[in-house]
Amino acid sequence: MSSVSGTATVSARTAVSRSWKAPIALYAFAVIALVLGFAVARTGTSTFGLTTPGDLVALAPLAVPTGGTVAALALVLAGLAVAAHALVLFGAGRRVPRRLVAVFAIVFLVAFLTWASAGRTIPVTGLLIGGLALGTPLVFGALGGVIGERAGVVNVALEGQLLLGAFSAAVVGSVTGQPVLGLVAAMAGGVLVALILATFAIRYVVDQVIVGIVLNVLVTGLTGFLYVKVLKSDADLFNAPDRFPVLPVPGLSAIPIVGPVLFRQTIIVYLMYVAAFAVWFGLFRTRWGLRVRAVGEHPTAADTVGIDVNRTRFWNVALAGAIAGVGGAYFTLDSVGAFTKEMTNGMGFIALAAVIFGRWHPIRATFAALLFGFATNLQSMLGIIGSPVPSEFMLMLPYVITVFAVAGLVGRSRAPAAGGKPYLKS
Amino acid sequence: MKLELRGITKRFGSLTANDHIDLVVRSGEIHCLLGENGAGKSTLMNVLYGLYQADEGEILLDGVVQRFSGPRDAMNAGIGMVHQHFMLIPVFTVAENVMLGNEPTRAGGTLDLDTARARVREISERFGFDLDPDALVGDLSVGVQQRVEIVKALSRDARILVFDEPTAVLTPPETDALMAIMRRLKERGTAIVFITHKLREVREVADRITVVRLGKVVGEASPTAGNAELASMMVGRAVELTVRKAPAQPGDTALVLRDLSVIDAHGQYVVSHVDLAVRRGEILAIAGVQGNGQTELTEAILGLQPRVEGSITLDGVELAGRTPRQVLDAGVGFVPEDRARDGFVAEFTIAENLMLDRSYGAPFVRAGALQLDTIETFARAAITEFDIRAQGTGTNVGRLSGGNQQKVVLARELNRELRLLVAAQPTRGVDVGSIEFIHQRIVRTRDAGVPVIVVSTELDEVVALADRIAVMYRGEIVGVVPGDSPRDVLGLMMAGAAPQAVAI
Repeated sequence: MSSVSGTATVSARTAVSRSWKAPIALYAFAVIALVLGFAVARTGTSTFGLTTPGDLVALAPLAVPTGGTVAALALVLAGLAVAAHALVLFGAGRRVPRRLVAVFAIVFLVAFLTWASAGRTIPVTGLLIGGLALGTPLVFGALGGVIGERAGVVNVALEGQLLLGAFSAAVVGSVTGQPVLGLVAAMAGGVLVALILATFAIRYVVDQVIVGIVLNVLVTGLTGFLYVKVLKSDADLFNAPDRFPVLPVPGLSAIPIVGPVLFRQTIIVYLMYVAAFAVWFGLFRTRWGLRVRAVGEHPTAADTVGIDVNRTRFWNVALAGAIAGVGGAYFTLDSVGAFTKEMTNGMGFIALAAVIFGRWHPIRATFAALLFGFATNLQSMLGIIGSPVPSEFMLMLPYVITVFAVAGLVGRSRAPAAGGKPYLKS
Repeated sequence: MKLELRGITKRFGSLTANDHIDLVVRSGEIHCLLGENGAGKSTLMNVLYGLYQADEGEILLDGVVQRFSGPRDAMNAGIGMVHQHFMLIPVFTVAENVMLGNEPTRAGGTLDLDTARARVREISERFGFDLDPDALVGDLSVGVQQRVEIVKALSRDARILVFDEPTAVLTPPETDALMAIMRRLKERGTAIVFITHKLREVREVADRITVVRLGKVVGEASPTAGNAELASMMVGRAVELTVRKAPAQPGDTALVLRDLSVIDAHGQYVVSHVDLAVRRGEILAIAGVQGNGQTELTEAILGLQPRVEGSITLDGVELAGRTPRQVLDAGVGFVPEDRARDGFVAEFTIAENLMLDRSYGAPFVRAGALQLDTIETFARAAITEFDIRAQGTGTNVGRLSGGNQQKVVLARELNRELRLLVAAQPTRGVDVGSIEFIHQRIVRTRDAGVPVIVVSTELDEVVALADRIAVMYRGEIVGVVPGDSPRDVLGLMMAGAAPQAVAI
């Protein structure tokens, strides 16, 4: 701006706005921890197993006295909550740093696990391996969701893409005997659902959310029908795909804890690492990504510089479907080994939540998906070792974490400006 | 380089937006396209830019017929456009915005940001723009964003630049800077099409002027033509550019704003510690460039803003913290700046819109039932009194022209016992005939002893109506000056200069 000499300019000021959401939530969890540590304290020893067969160094299990540890950790949590309160009152930014919330969450988790495992052993490595396993399809789904939403199309059909991916992978993998072909079929299945979504949402401007939900119902019904009528009739032919073998990465897989969790996995999990990085790199470092983000933020601006908005959206929704399809293949070619009715069980919606929790960023969305996977596995593991918490309550855990994460921790996040809005030329 | 438009015709349904328009622009000249809002100027330029396809006519470059199926074709042919609503992505950096659609890449489609940055620096140095390639566009002021748009067009080697209403969002000093840039571009051989409805700007930079009205070229004018001559060409008849009004007879102070602040959702003070008083029987105009807190200030008076500090008293009654219903009942009439969004329900009839503010009781509603006869009689009277051109009381307001829509809003607001009238952008997007009428009604309201606040970004309107002028800049009142203050003083104040710093 050209300045005027002798100008007495006034500058914009900022009002102090404090957010009490974080400290209130932390106090609530600190109270729960104090209850566990004092009111319903348990005695005995909690053991954490840290080793799996094949590790280079066998770590001794970590055993701690239950009551004392939980009580001590509960006091730490109370201290952290007070610190958060103080930061909101007097801190420079008037807000609770994310790092403090993360530390709080980890300490709370350790306290809870210690309390729940009194007199028993929790295999920590196994807990993490299972968490990664359950998180893998969520990561693929979330990456598909990130691409779709960055391009301006809300991909509610993720559930259908995962499910049809799982189904096609099972059938093709089983009939051909080649899991790799099954994987390709899974991508094709995901793309098929995505293309229907793209055609209706972009070409015919039908509401994206409604098309997505209808597609989910359609795929659920279709795969359920074919499962009963075809797959069950000759399960050996149609529903017995070879699973991908575990391929340990030489060297890396022998590192204690990290090795078995990250590097003793199947090809699909390794693909997930590649996909998360590739989507991030692509979105933020390449021409493709710049254009995808442009059509999702300001389609008219993209149009005026010669980018075909609807074509860009169409093919990127298809790409998102392919990625989500791989997530579906994980069920039938890796974890379960056969298709069952409605086996994705709402994972597509959890993946959408991970997109929001990850604030439309591929890497953050990946970690969000892994967190949800971990929560699911934690619930089943506590069921197995026999936790004093009723199992019905534990079943809620992944969903409670999802709701809290999305509602409480994300705060005010900025979605792509043109997300969900069709682009119409006059 | 010579651009020629021949017989361009563009229809939208039954409306002919462009009717056989001819236009010639050559390198090194600024050709002004002058016309009222809705005359078809932007439509014509969107045809030229490939955003619309013409129904008839052709575009020639150096005598060769061009086919533009999209903006990319137009850009490749050397046509660049600086849009009225900037085509910039706020979350991208300057360099990313400039390169979008034309990205320099390394192997594998990886963005070559260094080349893009160098290109931005090179062009902005050539024209003295001083742009930081890594700044986020959303953080830049409007004037600087416009320079990004210009750099964007120039980075594609545009030899013909179209400026679509470029000064609508600028302060007067920013406008002067833009004029200087346009002259510099012209000297370097760029052909410029400058679309505007502001007469002064046209006379300042134009080499040639083409006037359009209702989609047709009505003639060419020379840059030496007077304001009145240009205006009558634009409107098709002689126009009175000033509002006839008697000197104000101000009475007691009615509205007092004391230390009023409005805080937005991000915690920013968008209105900051404003003190203002308006007396009965005077028009206080609030001038300023769009987005300096005027909208929030009027919404605060109406009770539409959630975080308001300070006090608003009307005839001694506190209005701050009241709901809009209570504020209206206190006798406040409000003409919102975006009438299509806040002023009426487009799918409702004229009669229904006229009673919307009194939908809760007598005389239009009794025992929960609409009094259709009363509503109809009232609507008929309003249509006559306010000269609303419509088929009848049952016409949907969404189908009326901008001027007639505004008259509906005005008729509704003025038909109550008013203690204060707040009119924001009362004549935006309104035809000249209606402007005269609306201005007259506002002056008559004043003469009836009602305090009036007029918010306007058009200096002409401010000067025409105001008895006193308050200038807003970044949420603060820079100063309050008499209604006959010179325009250059107001211009400097709109850029933030306090009145004592401006030699009066």
